[in-house]
Amino acid sequence: MDFTYDDEQDALRDAVRGLVGKAYADFEQRRRTAAEEPGFSEKMWTQLAEMGLLGLPFAEEDGGVGAGPVEIGIVARELGRVLAPEPYLTSVVLAGGLVSAAGTRGQRAEVLGALSAGESVLAFAHDEEGSRWAPSASAVRATRDGDAWTLTGVKEPVPHGARADLLVVSAALPDGGTGVFLVDPDGVQRDGYTTYDGGRAARVTFDGTAATPLGTPGQDLEPTIATILDIGRIMAGQEALGAMEVALAATTSYLTSRKQFGVTLNTFQALNFRAADMYVSLELASSLVQWATMVLATGDATRAADAAARAAYQVSRASRHVGQEAIQLHGGIAMTAEYSVGMYAARLSALDHLLGDGQHHLARLAAGIEGYGAIDPLAPTAGRG
Amino acid sequence: MQLELSAEDQAFREEMREFFTMKFPQEIRDAVTAGRELTKEQIVESQQTLNAAGLAVPHWPEEWGGRGWSDLRRHLWNEEMQAAAVPLPLAFNANMIGPVLAHFGSQELKERFLPPTANLDIWWSQGFSEPDAGSDLASLRTTAVRDGDHFVVNGQKTWTTLGQYGDWIFTLVRTDPEVKKQAGISMLLIDMTSPGVEVRPIELIDGGHEVNEVWFTDVRVPADLLVGELNGGWTIAKFLLGNERVGVAPVGTTKRVLAQAKELAGAQLEDPFTRARFAELENELLSLELTALRVVAHSEGGEPHPASSVLKLKGTEIQQAVTELVLDLAGPAGLATGEGAGVPEWAHLAAPTYLNMRKASIYGGSNEIQRQIIARTILGL
Repeated sequence: MDFTYDDEQDALRDAVRGLVGKAYADFEQRRRTAAEEPGFSEKMWTQLAEMGLLGLPFAEEDGGVGAGPVEIGIVARELGRVLAPEPYLTSVVLAGGLVSAAGTRGQRAEVLGALSAGESVLAFAHDEEGSRWAPSASAVRATRDGDAWTLTGVKEPVPHGARADLLVVSAALPDGGTGVFLVDPDGVQRDGYTTYDGGRAARVTFDGTAATPLGTPGQDLEPTIATILDIGRIMAGQEALGAMEVALAATTSYLTSRKQFGVTLNTFQALNFRAADMYVSLELASSLVQWATMVLATGDATRAADAAARAAYQVSRASRHVGQEAIQLHGGIAMTAEYSVGMYAARLSALDHLLGDGQHHLARLAAGIEGYGAIDPLAPTAGRG
Repeated sequence: MQLELSAEDQAFREEMREFFTMKFPQEIRDAVTAGRELTKEQIVESQQTLNAAGLAVPHWPEEWGGRGWSDLRRHLWNEEMQAAAVPLPLAFNANMIGPVLAHFGSQELKERFLPPTANLDIWWSQGFSEPDAGSDLASLRTTAVRDGDHFVVNGQKTWTTLGQYGDWIFTLVRTDPEVKKQAGISMLLIDMTSPGVEVRPIELIDGGHEVNEVWFTDVRVPADLLVGELNGGWTIAKFLLGNERVGVAPVGTTKRVLAQAKELAGAQLEDPFTRARFAELENELLSLELTALRVVAHSEGGEPHPASSVLKLKGTEIQQAVTELVLDLAGPAGLATGEGAGVPEWAHLAAPTYLNMRKASIYGGSNEIQRQIIARTILGL
């Protein structure tokens, strides 16, 4: 049992930090990149591919690297530190993860090969009006005619749906359950817009659109989607940790440099105590996310689902606390778009709402409290004490 | 990063679990589970049972009964003890004066005191706080003036926990009033049966008698009962208060009480708000436990992990929140003091426990002091 990175993992972290840190350490550069279409840097996407990061989670035979959750978490955390606008979480972890988990051999090689090479951006089109983070689909329906499948209905918001080269779409199957389809976005109506964290999303309308079933046609993939969403939650947690680390560092730096009443702000204990509480929130969330990442690495989906809910809940609370306090302790400057800390709070909030907020996950956890006495995070197998 | 314990550590954990649940006096565990106050005899029996098995002072130097365990094993030992409702070794003996004597004491003091300290043949009290020296410990005023081969001690200590059982008291005294306040303090060991020592009980809000005032009037203490250097007491106090990185957060106990509370809740568990409260506390507690594990896994042989300062702060907050939950579950049934007719034991103990546990965020460096430490030493504020 240990919570530390090995040398190779340290090296990966340093490499990613070097690359994205250089590009986005200057917040103004990040702002400019996010302001221009497609909302991220295509060049950076290519560089991430060249470093092997886009293929990190996928098997080598599919064109990937075959790394584990700890490595993917390292990348997500570093991207979170600089609020890198590249769609790593939604394109690689979610859409790519689903193709990896459910695709046929041919689909995996083609789709993940192009994704890993940086030649393709995927979008996971899953959210629907009124659906709050369920692993199923109902508003988009799949219809079968022989071997041909078509989709009808609306997905929104689809992160990076307007830019994506390929849509990975969940849809209600004719005989019940939720399937997943690959859709060439040419000819699909996509209405893109900017999100409040500087990202991009779209309303995607399918109208008898031709679609290719992912994996076995007609198979209910709801459990697979649920697992991918849980993986995404843990990785979103890693990204949030990175963002919180920097938001806290910016805040403490501000407290020691900004003068009011002729003295620096850290002269005032009331402010220091609030910063100390931010640190407490961050450390607790960090422990839980790192643990959940390790649970993910055991490959036990049931245990990972529980760990994902626990991590997501803790991160949700910590993100709101750290994000809000970072703004408050900075004062008015944090309200300006030019200064980074407000955007950190915005990104933390967007991450919080992407895959299920704290209340959602608390409800999940509360539903199961009779099932065990106390939680044993070190249980050797799926069991709990 | 790796989640699971090594096979050896897993076996160690099983071994601890087996001893605490199978070979430890059941009636003492039952008393702890019920939340009853233990008698002096039970506390002594408990520690002597542990000591006989080599489990009372595993963190001491091996020469004096220590086991040379890793921080992780000490953590597992501590957690399993708490989970099994085994009373922890008396902190004054095992965690405070024992390690201090082993580190700073003369060979003579070690030989005389360490074995009976490990076995709780001597019950130690702590004489640090004074009416005007709580978190600001260095402001203490109790004086010790050299007179031949004795010190003559005068002054008053307070918050002396379980001082009514104390045989000896390790005491911080002012031996030089002329220098900077931290520089004039020494540590003396004082026999509490000495003429001039008086222990007076303090009544607390929970109705119990847990703490005392200890008065010293011209108490003569042999000079060879000075620990370490004359005027070196501040260094010893810092060592004593700072060398603990295992067991700072009472995770095991809080987990056990929270799991028990689920059973006590009965029909109230149907209430979604109550369920959410359990889930929230469990999650906070899990995050704390994992933080404790991060700290022990990371601090092996080196400097403590910075996050260790989170443990006391958050550990006591969650501990308090769980006693609050139990009191809320008891509701009006918790009104009786002592044994109310027909009121279950847990319900009439809920309020005294809730009130008693308010102390947790005050003692051992109040949580405001912990925030100050985090702000200053970790965040550089």
